[in-house]
Amino acid sequence: MSVYLLRRLLQAVAVVFAMSLIVFVGVYAIGDPVEILISPDADQLERERAIAALGLDLPLWEQYFVFLARAMQGDLGRSFVFNEPALRLILQRMPATLELAFGATIMALIIGLPLGLYAGLRPHSPLSRAIMAGSILGFSLPTFWVGLMLIMVFAVQLGWLPSTGRGPTRELLGLQWSFLTWEGMRHMLMPAINLSLFKISLVIRLTRAGVRETILQDYVKFARAKGLRPARVVGVHVFKNILIPVVTVVGLELGSTIAFSVVTESVFAWPGMGKLIIDSINVLDRPVIVAYLMIIVLMFITINLVVDLTYSVLDPRVRLEAKGT
Amino acid sequence: MSATLRRNASVAAGAAALALAVLGAAAPARAQTLTMAVGAPVTSLDPHYHQLSPNNAVADMIFDRLINTDNLSRMVPGLAVEWRAVEPTVWEFRLRPGVRFHNGNPFTAEDVAFTLQRVPNVPNSPSSFAAYVRPIRGVEIVDPLTIRLRTAAPAPLLPQDLTNVRILDRETHEGAATEDYNSGRAAVGTGPWRVVQHRSGDRIEFERNDGYWGEKPAFQRVTYRMITNDAARTAALLAGDVEFIDQVPTSDLAKLRADQRVTLSEITGLRLIFLGLDHLRAPNENSPFVTDHEGRPLGRNPLRDVRVRRALSMAIDRQAITQRVMEGAATPAGQFLPQGVFSHVPELTPPRFDPEGARRLLAEAGYPQGFRITLHSPNDRYINDARIAQAVGQMWTRIGVRTAVEAQTWTTFIARAGRQEFSAHLIGWGSNPEGSHPLRNIIATYNRERGFGASNRGRYSNPEVDALIEQALVEMDEEKRERILQEAQRKAFEDVAIIPLHIQTNIWAMRRHLAHTPRNDELTRAQDVRPANAAAR
Amino acid sequence: MSDLALGRGAVPAAAAAPERVETPFRRFVSEFAESRLALLGLAVFALVALAAILAPWIAPQNPYDLAQLDILDGRMEPGTVGGAGFTYWLGTDDQGRDMLSGIMYGLRISLSVGAGSALIACLVGASLGLLAAYAGGRTDSLIMRLVDLQLSFPAILAALMILAFLGKGILNVVIALVLVEWAYYARTVRGTALVERRREYIEAAHCLALPTHRILFRHLLPNCLPPLIVVGTMQVARAIALEATLSFLGLGVPITEPSLGLLIANGYEYMLSGKYWISFYPGIALLITIVSINLVGDQLRDVLNPRLRK
Repeated sequence: MSVYLLRRLLQAVAVVFAMSLIVFVGVYAIGDPVEILISPDADQLERERAIAALGLDLPLWEQYFVFLARAMQGDLGRSFVFNEPALRLILQRMPATLELAFGATIMALIIGLPLGLYAGLRPHSPLSRAIMAGSILGFSLPTFWVGLMLIMVFAVQLGWLPSTGRGPTRELLGLQWSFLTWEGMRHMLMPAINLSLFKISLVIRLTRAGVRETILQDYVKFARAKGLRPARVVGVHVFKNILIPVVTVVGLELGSTIAFSVVTESVFAWPGMGKLIIDSINVLDRPVIVAYLMIIVLMFITINLVVDLTYSVLDPRVRLEAKGT
Repeated sequence: MSATLRRNASVAAGAAALALAVLGAAAPARAQTLTMAVGAPVTSLDPHYHQLSPNNAVADMIFDRLINTDNLSRMVPGLAVEWRAVEPTVWEFRLRPGVRFHNGNPFTAEDVAFTLQRVPNVPNSPSSFAAYVRPIRGVEIVDPLTIRLRTAAPAPLLPQDLTNVRILDRETHEGAATEDYNSGRAAVGTGPWRVVQHRSGDRIEFERNDGYWGEKPAFQRVTYRMITNDAARTAALLAGDVEFIDQVPTSDLAKLRADQRVTLSEITGLRLIFLGLDHLRAPNENSPFVTDHEGRPLGRNPLRDVRVRRALSMAIDRQAITQRVMEGAATPAGQFLPQGVFSHVPELTPPRFDPEGARRLLAEAGYPQGFRITLHSPNDRYINDARIAQAVGQMWTRIGVRTAVEAQTWTTFIARAGRQEFSAHLIGWGSNPEGSHPLRNIIATYNRERGFGASNRGRYSNPEVDALIEQALVEMDEEKRERILQEAQRKAFEDVAIIPLHIQTNIWAMRRHLAHTPRNDELTRAQDVRPANAAAR
Repeated sequence: MSDLALGRGAVPAAAAAPERVETPFRRFVSEFAESRLALLGLAVFALVALAAILAPWIAPQNPYDLAQLDILDGRMEPGTVGGAGFTYWLGTDDQGRDMLSGIMYGLRISLSVGAGSALIACLVGASLGLLAAYAGGRTDSLIMRLVDLQLSFPAILAALMILAFLGKGILNVVIALVLVEWAYYARTVRGTALVERRREYIEAAHCLALPTHRILFRHLLPNCLPPLIVVGTMQVARAIALEATLSFLGLGVPITEPSLGLLIANGYEYMLSGKYWISFYPGIALLITIVSINLVGDQLRDVLNPRLRK
């Protein structure tokens, strides 16, 4: 087991390095940040000064090694635009994105699990069909469009919820969070729903598929045959079994939720990492783009690693496989 | 001569400011908080870090300049009450007495000298303000309220340049880094607002500076939010979450005009949208995106023929573009500057829409069947940029110049335009209210040493125009300079160096209870907003 | 994302013995036809596909030909008669583009982008996944690390980056979508194949000394199909939606040849001003397309999944 763990870890580190190279070269191959950042009426001298000031006069490989050397010390470069450490900029905005992503995930579970369970247990009832049709909508509607519709209806027409932005925040553990205030929650509701639509559909489908497979399994048939109450069969035998894959996926999805918040955040003017990255792409703030992507990569690799290891613990077949090779 | 002119102007403006101040004070109940939303993110509170309109707008709220500009970008006294050229190479500024910074420090000539010395030395600046102080060779403090700036050559534009430089406090800002400004610690100026809190990319909270020397702002506090998504910004205004927005999307204009809860404020801006053409390839070379109708190279560059350029310009129905695409939020243009601005040329009217004439000119130039061309355009930079490009494409196609339109993000577009990869491209230019600014940057022959033609992406070159620009840049007499600049523009536009399309209208929208003085430089500042009833008096 | 989990989700639940490995085509058809909803979906999808294929012949206007557009006809309400003499049944957009024609041509682009990218990604991904599961060892590690590499990157960000690098264009969008989606197929196939490999029927096939390719493609692959089909249908729909989002963010297909997504993004700016048709009708078209694909896919999954068979 520990050999497997070590090997997996080494592989993860290799992946991080490979990604850093790809990300760096990819991002530094795009466009010309000086052309974008510089005032249009800057003359040639000023342009050359700016190129040197941003360190873009060095050859690409040298820029990469400078980046790598600094990254080893935890410095992912300085933002061209804000003149602040890229890492600090991102971390400043992380709580906003995290609470949005968690809010969306929780909402997906609260709404998706019961609906999926029902649809799985009564696959042919009209309500189940409606639920499934609804889940297809959740997959189909473009996030940005739904976002604007939500604003149109709930903020502009009905005036129930604030249209955009993050509400007042309160400090917890040295960070600013808005879910601690009522007003903050109100601001968070629409973006969180917008972000969770896809996930709700996903949870519904996973749960339904899981339920439908599980109730045909021998142990469930056996439990039924034993005369256990239906509620107990569903609650214990079925639910427990489908919960693992559903939670796994939702956990895995957390990363992509954070990434997908790019769209939601830009529609709702939510000051999180996603909005930062879109703004940074628009002005080619390379250090911030690279730092953001590296953080996402690290996060995903960690999640994948944890899932793989968990799997090898849970499912002996996979572990045997890993040992065998 | 020029000095007297300026003094008169400054006295008049001062009186106006005083009158406004009295009116402002007379306004009864002052509203407490103003919530405004802007469309472009403010990247830094350091006034010398990044030459960028949103940053400049906020810097204007916190700091003052020696010479401020009014809403038509005319110079008005700021921290300097008077300025004149005592010699052709020496400008003297008399400073405003009794001004204090937010922290109580008095403002003196020392602060000006410190600022001028800091401007070119801001580390990591992606677009510095250094060019505005570059002509200055020496600084002489005559007394605490008089300062003289010495230049190598006559520098008639120095006061204009200094309208870009916000003044710092030597004591507070010595050794302060950009981060200190962003954190709010060093965001200390003489301006009408002091910074309470700055949440980068999200909002800035301001509080009125009660000790401000000029007109007192109408609000106690200001929340300055950044909502970059156009639709979301309009929605926030309609929902009442914010009371004031800038960069109103043209697609929402019709609705907002009809909405009883909302009022608009508009002014013709200084930004020209135009088409740049490939002047780099010689008449007998191929231009990269021009072919015949079968896609074969032409063997010559039709864009070097002034008749072709004129035909392309005549083929464009500017009225249709400003009315249909821009929904009225633009004025057809035949030159860089709108009417009423220094060095505007009265007889350079927008070229007449004449597709028949255009076809005749093309035939005359040897292209009776026309040719094929690709028009490149950004799609995220100027108002409706890609839409305008498509409309131009339709119009060119109608005279036989079959046009493909390729719209790209600004990041890709501008890098390629800078490498002269295009045959025709759509781009914009926000001018200073002075003809030499666009002429020198867009029309003048590309010349690194002189700093000319840095944005001349079509590489137009006309020695006659160059000579006139050189002449204007050292002419201290205002009237003479205006005449030279008008002559240079006349020559350039008669030669169709670029194809001007329209000048944008700057539009803000606000809830009914507010009034706003629109600025042609596009800056969105809280001191320009006041309760509507105060405006009525 | 989801698909990967579906592949995995199947792992702990896999206990029932497989029945028929190959299903006769007729049986499949009759089982598929059991759901009227699925049939309806199929019919609608066929109509949509037909409209897309026949667009150049049946659309009233070629919306890509700038010579046929007139901005003076811009933003006309549905039912208005334009300068060219025909009626704009669904109105026009800001360029005077007939929305009905625009939608038909847009469907062409959206469908080819969605189906094209899903097909290529599926081919690439499934082959690699199968190879990884079957070969094991170094090959497996290498491929799966590649998959990790790909999955360590959120699809939307990767696509954004790739498009920022490649520039706009239909082909570029397909490339970007393939690059971000192949890994899902690979992971799904590998996950299923790993479990199936241990099954008795494969071991039996081994005992019979059948050639490798036969085991791979005749025995292993058909059993990996159900999750693959589920992933596939979801990915076609997802690819279409992703393309729409990319267009919304300013990348994606060129503005002169709009896909459904770009039409929506274009009209989205006019939503607040009451010119709903510019964005609403393409939105409906997109919705119908994706929903019909998913209805078909759902039924396919139920029919093809041997575990659900009684």
